Amino acid sequence: MADQSIPIGGSLDVTPRDHERVPLLDRLHEWVVTVDHKRLGILYVLYALFFMAVAGAEALSMRIQLAVPNNHFLQPELYDQFFTMHGTTMVFLVGMPILFGIANYIVPLQIGARDMAFPRLNAFSFWLTAFGGILLYWSYIGGFGLYGMGNAPDVGWWAYAPLSTKPFSIGPTIDYWALALIVSGFGTLGTAINIIATTLSMRCKGMTLLRMPLFVWLMLVVSALTLITITPLTAAQVMLLLDRNLGAHFFDAQAGGSALLWIHFFWIFGHPEVYVLVLPVFGVASEIIPVFSRKAIFGYPAMVAASVGIAFVSLGVWAHHMFTVGMTSVSNTFFVLSTMLVGIPTGIKIFNWLATIWGGKVRFQTPMLFCVAFIFQFLIAGLTGIMLAVAPWDWQLHNSYFVIAHFHYVLVGAIVFNIFAAVYYWFPKVTGKMLSETLGKWHFWLFLIGFHLTFDTMHFVGIMGMPRSIYTYEANRGWGHLNFIISVGAFIQGIAVLIFFWNVIVSLRKGKEAGNDPWDAWTLEWATPSPPPAYNFASDPVVHSRRPLWDIKHPDDPDWKYES
Amino acid sequence: MDSHSIAAQTAEPAHLEHEHPAFLRHHFENVAQQREAATFGMWLFLLTEIMFFGGLFCAYLIFRNWYYPAFVAGSHTLHIWAGTLNTTLLIISSFTMAMAVHAAEVRHRGPLLRWMVLTIVLGCGFLCVKAYEWHDEWVNHHVPGLNFSIQEFTHTNPAYPGDKPLAPDMAEKTQIYYSLYFVMTGMHALHMIIGVSLLAILLIRARGGAFTNGHIAPVENFGLYWHFVDIVWIFLFPLLYLISRHQ
Ligand code: HEM
Ligand SMILES: [Cu+2]
Repeated sequence: MADQSIPIGGSLDVTPRDHERVPLLDRLHEWVVTVDHKRLGILYVLYALFFMAVAGAEALSMRIQLAVPNNHFLQPELYDQFFTMHGTTMVFLVGMPILFGIANYIVPLQIGARDMAFPRLNAFSFWLTAFGGILLYWSYIGGFGLYGMGNAPDVGWWAYAPLSTKPFSIGPTIDYWALALIVSGFGTLGTAINIIATTLSMRCKGMTLLRMPLFVWLMLVVSALTLITITPLTAAQVMLLLDRNLGAHFFDAQAGGSALLWIHFFWIFGHPEVYVLVLPVFGVASEIIPVFSRKAIFGYPAMVAASVGIAFVSLGVWAHHMFTVGMTSVSNTFFVLSTMLVGIPTGIKIFNWLATIWGGKVRFQTPMLFCVAFIFQFLIAGLTGIMLAVAPWDWQLHNSYFVIAHFHYVLVGAIVFNIFAAVYYWFPKVTGKMLSETLGKWHFWLFLIGFHLTFDTMHFVGIMGMPRSIYTYEANRGWGHLNFIISVGAFIQGIAVLIFFWNVIVSLRKGKEAGNDPWDAWTLEWATPSPPPAYNFASDPVVHSRRPLWDIKHPDDPDWKYES
Repeated sequence: MDSHSIAAQTAEPAHLEHEHPAFLRHHFENVAQQREAATFGMWLFLLTEIMFFGGLFCAYLIFRNWYYPAFVAGSHTLHIWAGTLNTTLLIISSFTMAMAVHAAEVRHRGPLLRWMVLTIVLGCGFLCVKAYEWHDEWVNHHVPGLNFSIQEFTHTNPAYPGDKPLAPDMAEKTQIYYSLYFVMTGMHALHMIIGVSLLAILLIRARGGAFTNGHIAPVENFGLYWHFVDIVWIFLFPLLYLISRHQ
C-alpha cells in the first residue's frame, strides 16, 4: 500500500518471483554453506525458537511438579537438572541467539550495508553457537553421572563452586556445561565483533553515528558489552575444568583455593549478561513505538546516552548478587548505590518511550501491543530490582521466589514480549507475508494473562518465604493455592506460544502479501523488497536524516530541516 | 535514477560493473573500507583476549596476595635462564614479524617469505624451551593433581639458602602457584601454537604472491595478534619467574 508513495525511480521490480523448483537436498546444502547475513539471521532465530520450545517444556514440567504440595511428578535429581538446563538454555541458547540473529538480519539493512563485515566469520559463529547447544544437550546422553542414569548439569545456571567441583559433581556433566558455554561463547564473540565492525565501518553515505537507528545503537553497545564480559567467564570456566580434571585448586577452598572467586567471576559476567539480553529489546521498542505512534522518537540523543550509560554502570554492580555472601559494609554500600544508579538511565528511557507515545496517532497492532506491555512490565521489574538492591531487604529475600519473580519479569515480561514484538514487526520483511492479526491478538492477550498469573503471584509466595530451586514443599506451608495459580498461568503462556507457532506456519503458507513497507515505517530496511535480494542494495543508499524513508515520502517536509 | 533511489531487485550485476582488485569482497565499497573493517575486527578480538588473560591475572593477584611465601618458593624453582631466553626469542620474533609486515607493504615477496619463516622458527624455538621447562616440572613433581609433592618446599632450596623452609600448610599452597603457572603458560603456549599454525598457512599463501599485491590486511592483522601474544609473555615472565629474586 504505502510503497507507491516512495519515488524509487522505477528500479523496483514488484512482480512476484517465480518459484523455481530446487531439489530439497540442494536447498538444504545452500542453507548449510550460506554466508549471507539474512539467511544466517533466520537460522539463528529458528535455532533459538527450537530451544525455546525445549526449555519451555522443561519449565512446564517443573510447574507440574510444583503445582501441588508433596508432588511426585519429577524425581528431585531430574528437577535439579531441569532448572539448570532451563536457565542455561534460555539465556545462552534462546535469548542471545535470537537477539543476535535478529540483529544479524536487520543491522546491515538498517545502515544501508550490503552484508556484515565478515560473512564467513558470521557463518562460523552461528555454527559454533549451534554446536554449543548440541554439546550441552548431549550431556543427557554422554554425561553419565552420580545417579547412574542419563544425566545433565544439575547445579544451577550459575554453577557455584564447590558444588560444581569434582567431589560434589562426579560425572562429566559440569564439563559438558563449561565446554558448551565456552564454545557458544566464542560464537557470540564472533558475532559481536562482526556487528561492531559492520556498524562502525560500513554505514552508507550520510549515516552519521547520530543518525543510526536506535536498534543499531543498542546492538553496538550490547556487542561491546559482550566482548568485555564473556572472556572473563571463559577464563573462570577453564580454571574450573582444570580443577575438575587435572587437579588444580582454584576453587577448592580446602586446598587454599576460593569458592568465592568463582562467584565473583560468574557475576562479573552474569550481571552484564542480563543487560546483554535486555538492551537489544530496548532497541526493538525504540524502533516499533515511534512507527506505531506516528511520531519520531522522543529525545534521541538522550536515548543514545542512556544506553551507553546503562552499559557502563552495569559493569560495576555484580556483587548485588552476593549480599548474603557476607561482604564488608563498604562493599555492600558501594554495590547498593551503584545498582540504584542504573535506575536513572533506565528511567530516562521509559520516560522517552512514554513521551513518544504521548499525543501520537497510536495504532494498536500486535507489535505495538507487545511493546506497550513491555514498558509497564519492565517498569515493575526495575522497581523490584531496586527493592532487591537494598541490602537488608535482599538478605530477607535472596534465593526466594521473589528473586525469581524479579528476573522473570525482565526476562519474560520485557525481553520475550519484545522478541515477539520484533517477530511480528519484521516477519513481513523477512518472508514477504504478514502474520495474522487475529491470531496475533489471541497470542498477545493469552500470553499477557498467563504472564501475570504466573509472575505476579511468584512475588507473593516469595515474600511468604518460599525458596527457589526446591523440588517440592509441605502442604502446611500455605503456598499450595498460589503455586497452583502460577502453574495455570504457565500453561496459558504455553498455549499462547503454540498459537504463535501456528500463526507463523499458517501465515507462511497463506498470509497476506506484505509489500515493501507494510507499517509505513522510516528506516532503510523498508526500502528493500520483502524479502530483500542478496546483497540488499543495488546502489549504496544516501541518507540525510534519522528517518530516510520519511524524507522520501514527504519531500515537502523532510526531517533534515529540523535535525541539527 | 535520482539520488534518493534506494532499492533494487537485482543488486549483484550493478556491483560487478565497476572494476576492482580481485581480493576486494563484494560487500565492501572499496579497498580502504575492507582494510579498515578487518583491522578494526582484529583489535576487537584482542580486546576479548585482554579480558580473558585479565581474568587469569586477577586470580593470580588475589592468590599471590594470600600466599606470598608459597609464590616466592614456587617461583624460585623455575629456570630463570629459560624464561630469559624465551623472552629474548619472543622479542626478536616480534621484530621479524614487523619486518614481514613491512615487506608486504613494499611488495617484496622474497623478504616477506624469509621474515615469516624466521618468525615461525623463533616461535617454535620458544615452544621447545617451554616444553623442556614443563618436562622439568614433571620430573621434579611440581604438577598439581598428577604428581605433586611438597617435599621440596618444606626444606631449604639450595639455590636460595636465604629462603626459610615453608610450614606444611603454606607449602601446600605452592600447588596454587603451580596451577596458575600451568594455566597461564599453557594458555599462552596454546596461543603460540595457533599463531605458528596460522603463520604457516599465511606462508603458503604468500608464496603464491597473495600478500604482495596490495592486499596486506591478513599479514598486518596477524602481526597484531603475534605482538599481543608477545606482550602477554612480557607480563608473565616477571609475574611467574621473578618473584622476589633479589633475596
Ligand atoms: C533497574 C534494573 C535492575 C535492578 C536494580 C536489578 C537488581 C537485581 C538484584 C539486586 C538482584 C539480586 C537478587 C538476589 O539474588 O538476591 C537481581 C537478580 C537478578 N536480576 Fe536484576 N535488576 C535489574 C534489572 C535486571 C534486568 C534488566 C535483568 C535481565 C535482563 C535482570 C535479571 C536478573 C537475574 C537473572 C537475577 C538473578 C540471577 C540468579 O540469582 O539466578 N535484572 N537483580
Ligand atoms: Cu544483577
